[in-house]
Amino acid sequence: MQHEARTWTFGDDISTDLLYPQTAYALPLAEAAKLVFSANRPGWSDLVEPGDIIVGGRNFGMGSSRAAVALLRRLGIGACLAESFSTLYLRNCVNYALPALAAPGVLGLVEEGDRIHVDFSTGAIENRSQGTRLMAPPLPPALLTIIEQGGVIASLEARGLIPAAPTGASAP
Amino acid sequence: MPMTATQQVLARAAQRESVAVGDIVVCDVDRAVLLDMQFNSTAVPWRQPNHVEHPQRLAVVLDHGAPAPSLRDAAGHRLAREFCAAFDVPHLFDIGRHGICHEVIAENGLARPGELLLCSDSHTCAAGAFNTAARGVGGIEMLQVTCTGKTWFVVAPSIEVELTGKLLPYCEGKDLFLALARARGSAENMNLEFTGEGIGSLSLHDRRTIATQCAEVHAEFVLFPADEVVLAYLADRGVHDVQPVESESGAEYAARWTLDLERVEPQVAVPGKIVGNVTDAATLAGTRLDQCFIGSCANGQLEDFALAARVLADRHVASGTRLIVTPASQGVYLEAVRAGYVSAIVEAGGIVTSSTCGACFGYHMGVVGDGEVCLTASTRNFQGRMGAASADVYLASTRTVAASAIAGTIVDPREVADAA
Ligand code: SF4
Repeated sequence: MQHEARTWTFGDDISTDLLYPQTAYALPLAEAAKLVFSANRPGWSDLVEPGDIIVGGRNFGMGSSRAAVALLRRLGIGACLAESFSTLYLRNCVNYALPALAAPGVLGLVEEGDRIHVDFSTGAIENRSQGTRLMAPPLPPALLTIIEQGGVIASLEARGLIPAAPTGASAP
Repeated sequence: MPMTATQQVLARAAQRESVAVGDIVVCDVDRAVLLDMQFNSTAVPWRQPNHVEHPQRLAVVLDHGAPAPSLRDAAGHRLAREFCAAFDVPHLFDIGRHGICHEVIAENGLARPGELLLCSDSHTCAAGAFNTAARGVGGIEMLQVTCTGKTWFVVAPSIEVELTGKLLPYCEGKDLFLALARARGSAENMNLEFTGEGIGSLSLHDRRTIATQCAEVHAEFVLFPADEVVLAYLADRGVHDVQPVESESGAEYAARWTLDLERVEPQVAVPGKIVGNVTDAATLAGTRLDQCFIGSCANGQLEDFALAARVLADRHVASGTRLIVTPASQGVYLEAVRAGYVSAIVEAGGIVTSSTCGACFGYHMGVVGDGEVCLTASTRNFQGRMGAASADVYLASTRTVAASAIAGTIVDPREVADAA
């Protein structure tokens, strides 16, 4: 699995409270997605283009289990890289089929706006803007397979374990 | 290869002879706990499964927004009840019998030694106090576990945390945890396994606070040993015949941390995060407070009520400061009423709410406003966590929060008689 796009960089310890503030809980997905990073980077969600890659620092996605990755997917984010991830967040990436790679040193490779190419099966990251490269540990094949199959919801649907559409009225 | 305690749980749940660090294993989940937030999400609306693999292993807890603070929450509660009815889920902790998931799990003997427990709250490692390998996972992963009974893990390395000595009388499990985070920093992608004679002197209350808080050093699984204190607590709840795990001799640890409990002083984490942010309470003396909060899965236990009531007895919360105290369960609430703790807190000018996660994650019953300063005995001090992004959230022990509520500023609890 491979992906190429421009990048947005973030520092260490980006929490899911920043990714998915509780002020977004009552909103439908499209509106909730607009509030991603509204506390630490107001206006960011308007600038995101489909395919863009987030590059974070250490322990990206720390904190709660909330469905921050669903909001990133809705914004069109194509991949998420970081110096390291909170494993709960990384599990959510895999389960929502957002390709993610822990790549120590990646913040040194990328300046915000650079285009990078990522090969998730080999761990090769190429900075196309600067002509530099980094090798990260690849994503384990078992996890890549879950992403390639479209994540947990798609797989449960395909197996007939859940209905194709949501149940009941949970709209506000 | 000899296995650590965590590896033994994963090996058994994966029906394997053994597991090693880096293995990816698919495990049968012994206990899965679904929360109200599973059913009320607008971003990822609930889908009632066509099939539930092991309904008898499920529990559903209404806790994050309880009783319903909005129509959306009320609709979610209804879907939760319908789901439980449709699949004969044996444990529904509905409004009135409810509490914060980790308290309810403990009180009802659902966290059992040597078992694997999952829940969608990130502080699920709380059950580690009972020798249960437990962790938080996302909502859709809980849906998968509900349907299939299984999920995967990458076996992480473990750190042995050896505790020696005994806590000083004015320190709590919260101070111990903060001191550990201060001394050792992050344990990201690592399991923590607590050992040492210091554990014996820690109450289950303190152990549960510590296990819960280990989410804030980003630990994976957290395990305390199943000593006689744990076994007696479970026996009181009708749970016998358990299979505790302890590390096999020669099992490999990635690191060994030690902490002398006698050297722990009252600690406070300054706003933003825990790791790299902890200091002595005394160094923050004078920091003015708008709100003080005692509650959450970490510090809403009966012992926290007892501590708060003792500090607040015959005193008054400072004018200009508000104190909110939230019991971790209806069971805690009832006992706190019977013991007179609730009246002591209310007489001092504090507020006692019904049981909920509420203020801990800025949802209801104590949302912190723009530019306000809060000192909390809950689990997290992240930007925006308890309400406004511009609010400052400091985090400390129940004693420190109660003493500071009287002063209206952060104080070392030793400054207030009876807090020590
Ligand atoms: S009290 Fe806070 S940390 Fe504990 S379960 Fe509720 S939201 Fe999570």
